[in-house]
Amino acid sequence: MTDNVITAHGLTKRYRRATVVDDINFDVAKGEIFGLLGPNGAGKTTTILMLLGLTEVTSGEVRVLGHNPVREPLAVKRRVGYLPDSVGFYDYLTAAENLAYTARLMGFPAAERERRIMSALERVKLADVANKRVRTFSRGMRQRLGLAEIVMKGAEIAILDEPTSGLDPQATVDFLGLIEQLKHEGVTVLLSSHLLDQVQRVCDRVALFQAGRIVLLGSVPQLAKEVLGAGFIVEVDAVAPPGADLEARLLAVPGVTAVQRSGDRYRLNATRDVRPDAARAVVAADGALSRLSVDAPSLEAIYTRYFQRKDQSEGVRDAA
Amino acid sequence: MRREGSAFQGLGTVVLKELSDQMSSIRIFVLELLVVALAVVSVALAIRQLGLTTAEDPFLLLRLFTVDNPPLPSFAGMLGFLIPLVAIGLGFDAISSEHNRRTLSRVLAQPIYRDALLMGKFLAGMATLGIMLLAMWLLVVGAGLFMLGVPPNGDEILRSLVFLLIALCYCGVWLAFAMLLSIVFRSAATAALIALGVWLFFVFIWPSLASVLAQVISPPDVRYVLLGLPTPGTIEMQQTLARFSPNQLFAEAVLAILSPSTRALGPIYLEQLQGAVMGTALPLQQSLLIAWPQIVGLIASTIVLFVAGYVVFQRQEVRA
Repeated sequence: MTDNVITAHGLTKRYRRATVVDDINFDVAKGEIFGLLGPNGAGKTTTILMLLGLTEVTSGEVRVLGHNPVREPLAVKRRVGYLPDSVGFYDYLTAAENLAYTARLMGFPAAERERRIMSALERVKLADVANKRVRTFSRGMRQRLGLAEIVMKGAEIAILDEPTSGLDPQATVDFLGLIEQLKHEGVTVLLSSHLLDQVQRVCDRVALFQAGRIVLLGSVPQLAKEVLGAGFIVEVDAVAPPGADLEARLLAVPGVTAVQRSGDRYRLNATRDVRPDAARAVVAADGALSRLSVDAPSLEAIYTRYFQRKDQSEGVRDAA
Repeated sequence: MRREGSAFQGLGTVVLKELSDQMSSIRIFVLELLVVALAVVSVALAIRQLGLTTAEDPFLLLRLFTVDNPPLPSFAGMLGFLIPLVAIGLGFDAISSEHNRRTLSRVLAQPIYRDALLMGKFLAGMATLGIMLLAMWLLVVGAGLFMLGVPPNGDEILRSLVFLLIALCYCGVWLAFAMLLSIVFRSAATAALIALGVWLFFVFIWPSLASVLAQVISPPDVRYVLLGLPTPGTIEMQQTLARFSPNQLFAEAVLAILSPSTRALGPIYLEQLQGAVMGTALPLQQSLLIAWPQIVGLIASTIVLFVAGYVVFQRQEVRA
């Protein structure tokens, strides 16, 4: 477990009576993209602030790059970059000046500052507006400037809080590309979001927050198996010759757990991707196969199903 | 457990940045314009008046600061009135603006402590006020030399420099107060209104209120009233109450330093003056002794207000 750059054990944050983060445990390995996921107010931002030593920890232990952020915040903050939710800059300063302030706070020597700032701005494609005031920047540009700050710092961990909320689709795609690029350079990325498809697109593992607790933790396929049961849904559109019982043949395919028929469409629940075998079964029955598709398990489906199931079980408990 | 690293890491960077912000801000430009304009007017009036009345005054330079030119107060009186306005203008949104611009969490995610940010802003404000006061001092001394044609002696220069330092302490009180408000109130408008309200209270209401309260707390003695004299107890109480106002402390300290013949700031009995050569100047050291309690009071108020702001700021949540 020496590869873990962030570890949290029994991390708890209480404000007077309200428990905002309740006894959460997770590890983040070096070089992975880890997603904190959940509705607003579930405790994601508070968790992030505790990782950075920007808010006190009520109980539990947290280590970032081997340091305790409460006692050694400077060591942590020197090596971790943070992009807050709707990041702000000094409007009356230019992009380069804003970064120069951070670079001075980091204590970089003057000669190095210039080089770091320009290369960071180039990375996020803001080099041509380096000397424009931030006042004129769009939201997407501000987010990119925030990312440039993390690149400029040479951070080993990038913590991004809701980095894509409020961005238009193209800006979102660009931004996610930049995040993946960071990963290729060996930067560990921790990102929080409530936008499920984006998290799914880039994250290696996710932690699902609900009311201050982590209720699910793992990679998307793992979670799918855990929550959705059979992970795959294969749809087969085929016209079978009369007499051939296609439904039974499909059910006989190894891995298929259930078949639902509606007209010429068969919907298979399966534990694996059974498309090749399903096609073979249709052909063997002398059927005409017109379409074959598989639904990869989506985080959205997992999320929705998880909360549905939870509501039901709570309903049962209430009734009892 | 001690926290790691120095609380003042990054202090210099913050001071320089804040100073350059203030120097280039329109708000400060307008305030300085106002102050300089009033300084020029009051000095011009003072010079006209001095030219009319006396050429025999041994402290001609100091008279420039203290002579009343109706309808305006003296230069020193004007400063007592205007310094709070400038200090409030500098400090009323020091911290709240970082909150509202959403730069606070980003800046605090850099390797500095909150101490450096708060201290840096305070020191930068003091530097701005110091530069302004020094410029005004040079203006007055220069104009005095030029228009009156009498070179000031060393004692006068020293006294006027001490006056400058006292004015700076007075700046500190109001700057620390304004910054405290900027920490407590998220809205800059609220902080500004409260600061200006307190300023007006101390300028216009407190002096009269102090005298009324003194009559209540320590009622006049009938024997003195019959003789048509003020009761010493009442006067002392009134003065004690009035000294809760920093404006009063500043006015008294300035009186002791700029009018070398001032022998006491409170009421004194006739027998205490026995053997004194009335109207002669005291040495600077003696004048300093008279003004010392007032000076200490100003410095102590600054420290108390700053510490209050510091404690609130350290406990505040950074999230918007």
